Amino acid sequence: MSDKQDVTFTVNGVERMIRVVPRRSLADALREDCGLTGTHLGCEHGVCGACTVLVDDKPVRSCLMFAVQAEGAKVRTVEGLAIGDKLHPLQQAFWDHHGLQCGFCTPGFLMLAVGILERDPDIAEPELREALSSNLCRCTGYQNILKSVLAAAAEMRK
Amino acid sequence: MSLIGRSVKRLEDRPLLTGSGRFAADVVVPDMLYMRVLRSPVAFGRLTGLRIAEALAHPGTVAVWTAQDVADIPPIGFRMTPVPGLEPYRQPVLANGHVRYVGEPIAAVFAADPYMAEDIADLVAPEIEPLAPCLDPAASPSGFAPGRNTEAAVITKAYGDLDAAFAGAHAVVALELTIGRHSGVPLETRGTIAVPEAASGILRMYGAAKVPHYNRQALATMLGLPLDRIHLREGHVGGGFGIRGELYPEDVLTCAAALRLGRPVKWIEDRYEHLVAANQSRGSVHRVRAAVDEHGFILGLDDEFWFDQGGYLRTHGVTVIDLTCAMLPGPYVIPAYRSVGHVRLTNKTPCGTYRAPGRFEASFVRERLVDVIADRLGLDPVVVRHRNFIAKTAMPFRREFSALSTDIVYDTGDYAGLLDKFLNRVEWETLRADVGRRRQAREMVGLGLSFFVEKSGLGPFDDVRITLGGDGTIEVITGAASIGQGIETVMAQICADGLGTGLDRIRVIHGQTDRIERGMGAFASRVTVMTGAAVTIAAAKLRGELLRVAGRLLQTAPDCLAVTGDRVVLCDAPGGPSLDLAAIARGAGSELTAEATFTTDRMTYPYGVHLAQVRLERDSCAITVERFFVGYDVGRAVNPMLVEGQIVGGAAQGIGAALLEEFVYDASGQPQSVTLADYLMPTIAEIPTIEVSLFEDAPTPLNPLGVKGAGEAGISAAGAAIAAAVDDALGRAGAVRQLPITPNRLHALLAELPAAER
Repeated sequence: MSDKQDVTFTVNGVERMIRVVPRRSLADALREDCGLTGTHLGCEHGVCGACTVLVDDKPVRSCLMFAVQAEGAKVRTVEGLAIGDKLHPLQQAFWDHHGLQCGFCTPGFLMLAVGILERDPDIAEPELREALSSNLCRCTGYQNILKSVLAAAAEMRK
Repeated sequence: MSLIGRSVKRLEDRPLLTGSGRFAADVVVPDMLYMRVLRSPVAFGRLTGLRIAEALAHPGTVAVWTAQDVADIPPIGFRMTPVPGLEPYRQPVLANGHVRYVGEPIAAVFAADPYMAEDIADLVAPEIEPLAPCLDPAASPSGFAPGRNTEAAVITKAYGDLDAAFAGAHAVVALELTIGRHSGVPLETRGTIAVPEAASGILRMYGAAKVPHYNRQALATMLGLPLDRIHLREGHVGGGFGIRGELYPEDVLTCAAALRLGRPVKWIEDRYEHLVAANQSRGSVHRVRAAVDEHGFILGLDDEFWFDQGGYLRTHGVTVIDLTCAMLPGPYVIPAYRSVGHVRLTNKTPCGTYRAPGRFEASFVRERLVDVIADRLGLDPVVVRHRNFIAKTAMPFRREFSALSTDIVYDTGDYAGLLDKFLNRVEWETLRADVGRRRQAREMVGLGLSFFVEKSGLGPFDDVRITLGGDGTIEVITGAASIGQGIETVMAQICADGLGTGLDRIRVIHGQTDRIERGMGAFASRVTVMTGAAVTIAAAKLRGELLRVAGRLLQTAPDCLAVTGDRVVLCDAPGGPSLDLAAIARGAGSELTAEATFTTDRMTYPYGVHLAQVRLERDSCAITVERFFVGYDVGRAVNPMLVEGQIVGGAAQGIGAALLEEFVYDASGQPQSVTLADYLMPTIAEIPTIEVSLFEDAPTPLNPLGVKGAGEAGISAAGAAIAAAVDDALGRAGAVRQLPITPNRLHALLAELPAAER
């Protein structure tokens, strides 16, 4: 259980090799071994979605995945969204529309929304609501999150 | 144009959007140890022993602590609302002699790796003789400790001649109502990182929230440290809601371990721990009756309730019970009144406050009662509310008792005016007609209304220091705290407005005990009111200083100068000679500073109305909130976008509390709500668009801005409104007697209906 294994994967476009015990979660590996603490842990049992990252372009709860399962995968986290000072349209929309308060769930919602909009740039509001219901926010009551994602979707279609 | 009243974007958002926030778990220092807490698996029992040999033998173990190791540390005291006789009910940092709830800390394990610390904690074996748990707060009191039973205190607030009111009543309406256990459940769990600095001898605690200055004092006292040897630092905080940031056993253990083991110690709570160990709230049973005249005027209100406190009394003392008694009368005159609250220890997770403590419960009880009164007398519920409202002309209106040790004086308000405006805004008659039509078509839909008075701006003081530096930056140092509510933006707006500058050069400091001597923190919807008032005063002082120095440098009278953006200019020649702020600071030496203190012994009382429209499904017993409206008079909104954000978020929590959320215990006291799949918080799928109408008709004279608090307005009467809407859909006023209205409970309510109506 404690023998460490090498894992090689790309995180935000950069190839990384880390040595982890098999039971280490992908979330812990990102946070502790890669120093990317933007991915947050809200429940560690797969309900809240705060730890959502994109693994091979699909939104995944990184608390429910072992780091060793990410061997060879392409992982994207919130730290990879902005380009220099230029925010991703979703980040900008969350700022413009007050889509966050405490900000703890925000990285998870951003990565979930990136995954949703990349798969379906024209997603209709009912389907978007349904998809966003996979993550929890305790501050905003969601309506500014919805507004933000809809605004970003419009921006990204331009 | 004034910056107050503008929905400016938040200054604090960029790090939170880019993943560079610094929440508790993100704090990493070299040579850190990790603490894991072993918790009681039993609700009530005698702790006869702890086998730790196996844990001590683990090669990764640095230390294993039991109660003996912390015998010199006193139990955790009361930050608020102490009453005589509570001391025996305080919680020790590690269980000593008895365990009193599942989740109570009984041992702490320290190791260099968090996974390993969990492994080691699994090796600690507690020996517990189980005892029969006390789970019903309304049962007869049982033994707690020698000479003490489970009734820790009884709080009574009363005025007027209640007996006469009931003797002369046209009708008496009585209800028994139950409110489930809820809690704030912020998305970030708790966390503490204690770092002993060898060079300075100072212990620094990261992960502080809500009340860093109070906790600094409490920790120094408990650990026997001089006050100047401990500092608390607040980073980003992932939600507060009343429960985060209070002083808990784990905070004390982490700090004590850092001191004694001489290494930094980190503790990050997991979600299971959070749901059994962090403060819960609300759980109570009310027996209430009202004496009314034939017009629906409430002559007297008599309430007795039992509060399910859990295993110990924590930092809030009897705050929730005090506020329930004090806020139950709400917006109505009620000439005779009595509320008696029993503070009952049970073998469940201990309680503290959760957003709108006492008001969520009181609104549910009071507004249920008003609807039943209206039904009993065949009157319109809106009319009954109007007949009981305290008139605008009666303001300020004094209640003959206190809340949180302050006299209750409703400062300003036009309750009838707000209700009328609100009903007009939401097109009440149209809503009623639509719902009526749908009911004709056998849909189970209903509308429910609730009115509430909030309280905000608890004193007694707030200090602020504003410094204009030689580089032109303006630092606003406060003793407030940020739990995600937008304090940096709001304080910067108030400061910039007072100075005449822009927002971009202002930095707001909060939650750092080494930056300001005193501070009250963030609770009781107090920051915009109290800290905002202190910023207003300090900014005016600094502006005066700024103009005085600029006048000297420009050889002009200060009253001929004005601040515009980042420059001081001549009023009558804006294009003429001017100075930038940095040059003025340098001209004054190196910087310019102004300090201010705002004090008050009164709270300010905002008020509002909630309206819910729900649909019930006969077969699945699902309840859908189709629409939810909030009308709220905030006095004056510094940033309307943020005020609305607070209200919408609170309303979502209120919908959760009304329909989904509940900490359930089985007959042996085992908690059944230990994951986020058991404690059901609403997702976006359960929350409709919350339609908010803000009003500024009743600014308060109690502070220079006229502002009232907004943090609790969204949740305050949400349970009451949804219960009323479900009643309306069922066609039975007062049918809902318990929150949350789960599908099982709705099923039971449907079974009470005549067969033809089901």
